[in-house]
Amino acid sequence: MSIVFERTRGMVDMPLHYCPGCTHGIIHRLVAESLVELGLMDDAVCVSSVGCSVFTYNYFDCDAYQASHGRAAAVATGSKRVLKDRTVFTYQGDGDLAAIGTAETVHAAARGENVTIIYVNNAIYGMTGGQMAPTTLVGQKATTSPNGRSAELQGYPIRVCEMLSTLDGTAFAERVSVHNPANVRKAKKAIKKAFEVQTAKQGFSIVEILSTCSTNWGLNPTDSLKWLEDNMIPYYPLGNFKTPEEN
Amino acid sequence: MEKMLMKGNEAVGAAAIKAGCKYFFGYPITPQNELPEYMSRELPKNGGTYLQAESEIGAINMVFGAAGAGARVMTSSSSPGIALKQEGISYLCGAELPCVIVNMSRSGPGLGGIQPAQGDYFQATRGGGNGDYYTPVYAPASIQETVDLVQEAFDVADTYRTPVIILGDGMIGQMMESVEFKDIQKRRLPQKDWALKEHVEKGSKKLINSLYIKPEEMEPHLQKIFGKYDVIKKEEVRYEKFNCEGADVVAVAYGTVSRIVRNAIKKLEEDGIKLGLIRPITLWPFPFEAFDEISPETKAFLSVEMSMGQMIDDVKIANAGRLPVEFYGRPGGIVPKPIEVVDKVKEILGGAK
Ligand SMILES: Cc1ncc(C[n+]2csc(CCOP(=O)(O)OP(=O)(O)O)c2C)c(N)n1
Ligand code: SF4
Ligand SMILES: [Mg+2]
Repeated sequence: MSIVFERTRGMVDMPLHYCPGCTHGIIHRLVAESLVELGLMDDAVCVSSVGCSVFTYNYFDCDAYQASHGRAAAVATGSKRVLKDRTVFTYQGDGDLAAIGTAETVHAAARGENVTIIYVNNAIYGMTGGQMAPTTLVGQKATTSPNGRSAELQGYPIRVCEMLSTLDGTAFAERVSVHNPANVRKAKKAIKKAFEVQTAKQGFSIVEILSTCSTNWGLNPTDSLKWLEDNMIPYYPLGNFKTPEEN
Repeated sequence: MEKMLMKGNEAVGAAAIKAGCKYFFGYPITPQNELPEYMSRELPKNGGTYLQAESEIGAINMVFGAAGAGARVMTSSSSPGIALKQEGISYLCGAELPCVIVNMSRSGPGLGGIQPAQGDYFQATRGGGNGDYYTPVYAPASIQETVDLVQEAFDVADTYRTPVIILGDGMIGQMMESVEFKDIQKRRLPQKDWALKEHVEKGSKKLINSLYIKPEEMEPHLQKIFGKYDVIKKEEVRYEKFNCEGADVVAVAYGTVSRIVRNAIKKLEEDGIKLGLIRPITLWPFPFEAFDEISPETKAFLSVEMSMGQMIDDVKIANAGRLPVEFYGRPGGIVPKPIEVVDKVKEILGGAK
């Protein structure tokens, strides 16, 4: 019998702790498959952050750091400056990256740090139980915006890829989604490209992946995918914002 | 080696480079700017990397990344910036990463002032960030001693896998003295087999981590770290005891203030009063053993500090209720004059002897 599907060898054989239907798991698989296919898995360094994905260091079969909340880009900077030929990437949520870690992220990009950021935007603080994130949509309910986010009171969600693509140090910025198979394939292409940009020492690369949080959105996994498509994509348009010129 | 005249901040940089420091992550703040400036100039010439971070938080987390990759790494700041580094220092302690952190301290709280002060004693010796931890703290009193201790600090950091703090002040950072870069006795350092390497060894996944989600794993992790602290307390305590035999009063002072106390000792001699000095060189671990023997003539300890009184708590613990513990402090950036110490000693002794 031929094998049609198997565990990627980029991930350790252990159960993931994510809620059933959470798209963090798909994203893990895409990152691991990309690294394996590019021959970078053994060389990779994962900087895990603080959020639901805090345990990524257990799941990816490579060396890893566990960074403090928001500081992954600074930890990656220190690591990559020493380990110049290794593939250093962070895996961060939207609260981690776009709120507490904004300064570290913006300046790693501005310096053109040759690292890759895997940025998982689920428009909520997942791990702490569904509080409003910097990416929570206007009108979206969260435990700290019980009547829905009010632009007047809480301002507007941040579009990270658009913002970072204005910086000269950013070489690659793309927003993708994992709400259906076609988009999962596109997401993997973008992740691979980001790692290739790093291998070619072209500068800072970020892939923003729109992701679901059924548990805190209060929807079942299928409805969550639909909610993402109907609500997040209009505000967070998919596509490439920056890519190095081919030479 | 020949002696040369150097400013304290630059001497720290030169000593770090001599100790094999290859990475420095900085952020500007008075009165330590000459150190990152020196490193930005000199480190690249010595095969190293200087990087100016976006903040002290950024800098200390870059230290975390570089230390986890096995590099000899340093960062520096002054009080408000060191306050920002505390989260990172806590993580460095939790993940057991070696590095050297320099605090050329100034006064506080808040933005305080930029003149020399010792108000960061608690912050340096009581952890400073969240959780159960300590860091070795060296308090040099001259530029020569700064140079020697910086080199020592890197070895201590590597030996015990811990951050080490050099606690100076604006005076130590800014003054010029002649220094000699002696070859300090080399320790036999453990291999950094826990660190990430440039070339991956197959089948040995490295993890730099301070997260132990299960209490039954976190408790032994802390017990292991505190086991190292027990060894540090036994092996690494440093202090100087001067003029204590038969002293009427024994002053306790570190860093800049210890120099002022020395001047006071000379002045008091003229009046037939003997002032002793216990000078902690390591603030943590505090040299409790220096207080074991007290001359029968000694009537009191006197903690002299450029603060409202912080080290005095450790002096009281060391004294264990045997003698009165007096205090003289000038906080806020005022450096006490020797005559002020003289007057305080005379006051303790009940007027001129
Ligand atoms: C300094 C600090 N502040 C707050 C927290 C609590 N905290 C843990 S995870 C988290 C939010 C994570 O949200 P996000 O980054 O969006 O990741 P998600 O869980 O949604 O994947 C917060 C605030 C912390 N661990 N450390
Ligand atoms: S809380 Fe949300 S983001 Fe976290 S694992 Fe569950 S579904 Fe995923
Ligand atoms: Mg989130």
